[in-house]
Amino acid sequence: MRMVRVGRWITAIGLVLLAGVYVRALSYTPVEQSQGLAQKIFYLHVPAAIWAETAMILVGLSSVFYLFTKDPRLDRFAAASAEVGTVFCAIVLTTGPIWGKPIWGTWWTWDARLTFTLFLFLLYIGYLLLRSAVPDPAMRARYAAVLGICGMCEVPFIHFSVYMFPTLHPMPIVLKPSAPSLPGSMLLTWLLSLGVFTLLYVGFVVQRYAVSYLHEQLEGVGEVGHA
Amino acid sequence: MRSPNLLRHAWAVASKDLLVEFRSRTAILSVAVFVVLVLVVFQFGHDPTAVSNVDLAPSILWVTFTFAAILALNRAFQLELENQALEGLLLAPIERSSIYLGKLIANLVFVATIELIGVPLLALFFNVPVLPYLAPLIAVIALATVGFVAVGTLFSAMTVRTRFAELLLPVLLLPFMIPPLSWAVLATGRLLAGRPLSEIAGWLNMLAVYDIVFVTLALLLFPATVNE
Repeated sequence: MRMVRVGRWITAIGLVLLAGVYVRALSYTPVEQSQGLAQKIFYLHVPAAIWAETAMILVGLSSVFYLFTKDPRLDRFAAASAEVGTVFCAIVLTTGPIWGKPIWGTWWTWDARLTFTLFLFLLYIGYLLLRSAVPDPAMRARYAAVLGICGMCEVPFIHFSVYMFPTLHPMPIVLKPSAPSLPGSMLLTWLLSLGVFTLLYVGFVVQRYAVSYLHEQLEGVGEVGHA
Repeated sequence: MRSPNLLRHAWAVASKDLLVEFRSRTAILSVAVFVVLVLVVFQFGHDPTAVSNVDLAPSILWVTFTFAAILALNRAFQLELENQALEGLLLAPIERSSIYLGKLIANLVFVATIELIGVPLLALFFNVPVLPYLAPLIAVIALATVGFVAVGTLFSAMTVRTRFAELLLPVLLLPFMIPPLSWAVLATGRLLAGRPLSEIAGWLNMLAVYDIVFVTLALLLFPATVNE
């Protein structure tokens, strides 16, 4: 199918560019003074975190519209976005400890932001589990939409809590009310990385969307039982 | 005209559930015994000479309530599965949201009963002074309970008709329970340590906002879980 191929191309370009971003990050971007080379993970960690959270909001929004329109395309998109969000959340939760070990001296701490990224991950897992536990496609779409909307509404509470709990986590340096407080070359690398992650998100979602479309066609003719 | 009817119908659904429970009393008895057992497990799960009871009391209280509430919530729509009672309920000429509200009220009464058993037992077993802080403690418990029971009632309407219902509800619900739970634990800790009320006002506000958001959301979303 055409869509799978398009998605595959976008992903491939994204991955090549990701390698490019890392060449730039390692060779052409200054080393951060206090953290040293460990800071380089920031170009992977922060864009992944932004997309992990955005994906949940997109799941929620498409769920709202699904409940109004009952358009199966929106449900397929929500499912795809949730799966990609899970992957990005996993990236955040893996790169975080790798950075935390040299900088904080521990792999894991029950810091507000770590904790709530973990919850975001668990929300995604719950969403995917719910989808797999409902055999009827229409019911599955409705249930998933309800959970997706609740998940989206929980994200602000998660975000607020970040500022209420004492935290060891670096405060936002790019996305904050005042101007970004980092050198231009670092900001440029970071923005390139954010662009690449956007491309990867789109590529993954397009592929996943196409696959669930094919899966539904097969379900329709009774070729597969639901897992 | 609409809102008085909504409440009247909700009360009819709730009183039906509570009557069923009152006549049989099996669920509430099992959950009460469960609460006692969890409290006992906590006693043997920590070294009382290393951690003082007052420091541990908020966690004991809220972990116990969490598990007991999940058990209670699983039961809410399980009742309706027998003899397709849910279909009967849906055929009744009442708003879908009043069914949700009724279920919510019944669950709240049920969970409140458990908490009514839990708090004195905590005070007794762990020698925690709760009487001087009773009014604010009740406020914290009430605000936190409304929030997670509202989400739990909505989710149990969905999970009850899935495979592995009893397992899926806690998996879906716990990420939603943790934020109110963490605020409630912090507020309870401050209260039991005899700190002034102004210190917990922030947590109470957050709990109230959470309640308003999720009760409204659940009222709006519930019809989507039962409409065919």
